[in-house]
Amino acid sequence: MRVNFTVNGRPQQADDVWEGESLLYVLRERMGLPGSKNACEQGECGSCTVRLDNVPVCACLVAAGQAEGRDVVTVEGLAEFAERRDATAPGGPEQGSGTGLDEARRWQPGPGGSTPLAPVQQAFIDAGAVQCGFCTPGLLVAADELLERNPEPSDADIREALSGNLCRCTGYEKILDAVRLAAARTGEEG
Amino acid sequence: MGAGPTPGKITQTSTATRGAIGESTLRPDGTLKVTGEFAYSSDLWHEDMLWGFTLRSPHAHAEIRSVDTAEALAVPGVHAVMTHDDLPAATHYGLEIKDQPVLAKDRVRYHGEAVAIVAADHPETARRAAAKIKVEYAELPPVVDEATATAADAPVLHPGRADHHAGHVPHPNIVHRQPVRRGDVIAARTRADVVVRRDYEVGMQDQAFLGPESGLAVPAEDGGVDLYIATQWLHVDRDQLAPVLGLPADKVRLTLSGVGGAFGAREDLSMQAHACLLALRTGRPVKIVYNRYESFFGHVHRHPAKLTYEHGATRDGQLLYVQCRIVLDGGAYASSSPAVVGNAASLAIGPYVVDHVDVEAIALYSNNPPCGAMRGFGAVQACFAYEAQMDAVAAELGMDPVEFRQRNAMSQGAVMPTGQLVDSPAPVAELLRRVKALPMPPERQWLTADDSTDVRALPGGLSNTTHGEGVVRGVGYAVGIKNVGFSEGFDDYSTARIRLEVINGEPVALVHTAMAEVGQGGVTVHAQIARTELGVSQVTILPADTQVGSAGSTSASRQTYMTGGAVRHTCQAVREEVLRRGRERSGSYHPAWATAELLLEGGKVVTDGGEVIGDLAEIVGEEPIELELEFRHRPTEPFDLETGQGFGHVQYSFCAHRAVVEVDTELGLVKVIELAAAQDVGKALNPLSVVGQIQGGSTQGLGLAVMEEIVVSDGARVRNPSFTDYLIPTILDTPTIPVDVLELADDHAPYGLRGVGEAPTLSSTPAVVAAVRAATGLPLKRVPIRPEHLTGT
Repeated sequence: MRVNFTVNGRPQQADDVWEGESLLYVLRERMGLPGSKNACEQGECGSCTVRLDNVPVCACLVAAGQAEGRDVVTVEGLAEFAERRDATAPGGPEQGSGTGLDEARRWQPGPGGSTPLAPVQQAFIDAGAVQCGFCTPGLLVAADELLERNPEPSDADIREALSGNLCRCTGYEKILDAVRLAAARTGEEG
Repeated sequence: MGAGPTPGKITQTSTATRGAIGESTLRPDGTLKVTGEFAYSSDLWHEDMLWGFTLRSPHAHAEIRSVDTAEALAVPGVHAVMTHDDLPAATHYGLEIKDQPVLAKDRVRYHGEAVAIVAADHPETARRAAAKIKVEYAELPPVVDEATATAADAPVLHPGRADHHAGHVPHPNIVHRQPVRRGDVIAARTRADVVVRRDYEVGMQDQAFLGPESGLAVPAEDGGVDLYIATQWLHVDRDQLAPVLGLPADKVRLTLSGVGGAFGAREDLSMQAHACLLALRTGRPVKIVYNRYESFFGHVHRHPAKLTYEHGATRDGQLLYVQCRIVLDGGAYASSSPAVVGNAASLAIGPYVVDHVDVEAIALYSNNPPCGAMRGFGAVQACFAYEAQMDAVAAELGMDPVEFRQRNAMSQGAVMPTGQLVDSPAPVAELLRRVKALPMPPERQWLTADDSTDVRALPGGLSNTTHGEGVVRGVGYAVGIKNVGFSEGFDDYSTARIRLEVINGEPVALVHTAMAEVGQGGVTVHAQIARTELGVSQVTILPADTQVGSAGSTSASRQTYMTGGAVRHTCQAVREEVLRRGRERSGSYHPAWATAELLLEGGKVVTDGGEVIGDLAEIVGEEPIELELEFRHRPTEPFDLETGQGFGHVQYSFCAHRAVVEVDTELGLVKVIELAAAQDVGKALNPLSVVGQIQGGSTQGLGLAVMEEIVVSDGARVRNPSFTDYLIPTILDTPTIPVDVLELADDHAPYGLRGVGEAPTLSSTPAVVAAVRAATGLPLKRVPIRPEHLTGT
């Protein structure tokens, strides 16, 4: 089947999608957006958290067909999404499938993308909230959504909002630090 | 096509005063990891790529009568189906004992053992084709514990053993046995005023890393294979793969891809051989990614253990003797069981001075899931038991449990039960003092400012099971001892290749090692060391691969010591070459060139007085300096097979915990309110990462205490292979973890550092359980604690 949907602000079309494929599979294997992670594929770990029409969901539990006509934001689009939170964002990811080895080999570190990191992304780096990083994309999408609706969350609020995202490396302390830091920095700017 | 960053170089530029050792330095891969660009092994993609899938045994112990692959091969989109009969060369592999079949031949020995593999053009096609493979099994009675393993009529699981432990074990279903004997326990027992003898049990814990086993094998034009893989030790993967593929080692090239955590579970091969075999068979790149269900069958777990401990002490609180027996269940294949036995035996009594010791540790072969490395490696199981014993003896004596521990705590100069002198700081009593001195979290912390109840702070949490009725608080303490590095005479080394060159007028250090970055932050530390030793601001970390010498394993808390040590050692040799060139060219211009104490700082050669006498970029010029050197820690020796005596360990590390818990005694629910840790790290090269390691390790110990267990029952079958049924701590289960870091240098180690990663995983579990005991008064001799253990229902 064919699925038409918007990913990180750009209309996308996925062809030859098997009906059993999840949104996660289509993003990772057909859209070239492997940032959403495949840690459990049963909705327990939150590593594949994306925004679907603004609502954080586990992409592994969304059938690809359910995304038809809807708007998806992944970690790859998070910085831009945060920057233009209330605007319609043009532009988007390149088309493709996963990480091409040849391209990976040619990859060179650059000065960074044109879009600065979202506050929550920078805070995760600065607070030491990233170790192996496999849980990070889902946590970032969830934490960004928390800060969007609650700019000054209490620790209990943070724990509740992130309780669907498993991390095995950090013991969560530095993830709490990161969310507090992002909230504080955003508050200062505001 | 999507673009991706790894395998690729990571460059981090830092000003000369930032990013040296001792400073909290940010990860060079941090930006890639927060933007979703970091390419983990499961993210890789290749044109014409096929997907591999593994058919696994539904039985724990069975004879394979026949395998029919015809129907699977006929499925459109299927490119290959392979069984044991299709293997081109060696049919078994293993870390130490090569007893693990690549694909089962005529017998399966555990639930989930690999029987056949399929390559197809879509993962679902591969899965469906695998389901069409017809395997005829005849079930055999499973060996599930020590009694069934050593019974007179027990089936021998590995007949004809020829490994080097086979000669000294009392039964062929025992992988390895290690006694440790010192002093005279029988005589000491007669002098004891208090004797406590108890049985303990530790359930099977899973590493539960989040990034599933995965990799991409690409057949090469030279007949070899390139494997992009998440592992802990590239070279040992290669050395196990080459014989299985029938290829020379230089035609099996491994490159590390992004690794989503490890914790020991990536020490053994999982899908590596299968992906390479399918790639070589089909001539197409093959990717295998386990899902979470398969991951539970795809790697070894922490050994479950049954432990019997007897402690004797005098009335005034001196430990006289410890006698114990530790039975570890190694499951179907050896994996690292022998080394786990060595650790459990040599660290069996904990960080205490005891003159009379009688320890026996064994690991079984059984039909349970294979067990091997997990963070803490044999020391976790022992620590749960000996710390429970310390509390029990203290209670018998009427002593404060911390005071009793401090009374018997080892310190530098103590002698281990193995006879090994502890020749660097061992601040056991001080670590306990520090966690005990911390202020207590407030009582009834679930009450909000307006005196209502925040259920999120209560046992049961958002399930809203209590508003504080029946909730009692308890406090518990524990301390542990872990070895650092590979022990028992293993030739443990690491390698670093350092290139110092001038790019755009700036001196740049390129660091190339085979160290597996699994999340711990080794890449950050390598860059810090290169900056510190070479005085450059720009360091490029090259991808880890087998094109450089072995780094050894990212395990045993060893990589900062070992590969950090190798980077430092090689940088120092590069620095010597810089100074040699400088002296040769400029020695006559400045007398300071003749003095020994010259440093590289901020891109300059400076004297220890701070005077600049040379420019690094000028000295290196057009001739880059490149060296590849090995680094070894001091040698160790095997433990004597009868007495356990020997200089077996490189270094010890110590961590203490205080746990504060609240227990809903009516529903049997536990909430850990705070888990404070104090650890001696020798030297914190990256304080931010050190604290992260201690908090992460503490949380895994908390998981073992109150929730994590692979349940194996009904014929040795795994009952809960999912994150729905195997629970790991969420952010709601995990408390505040204050960390107090001591830095008492170990003069034997680079920068005085002490391996950090594992020690916090040891004492966390017994501290939490001690707190639950204190809250409930229950004996609690098994982990994980389940609600029924607390309610008696």
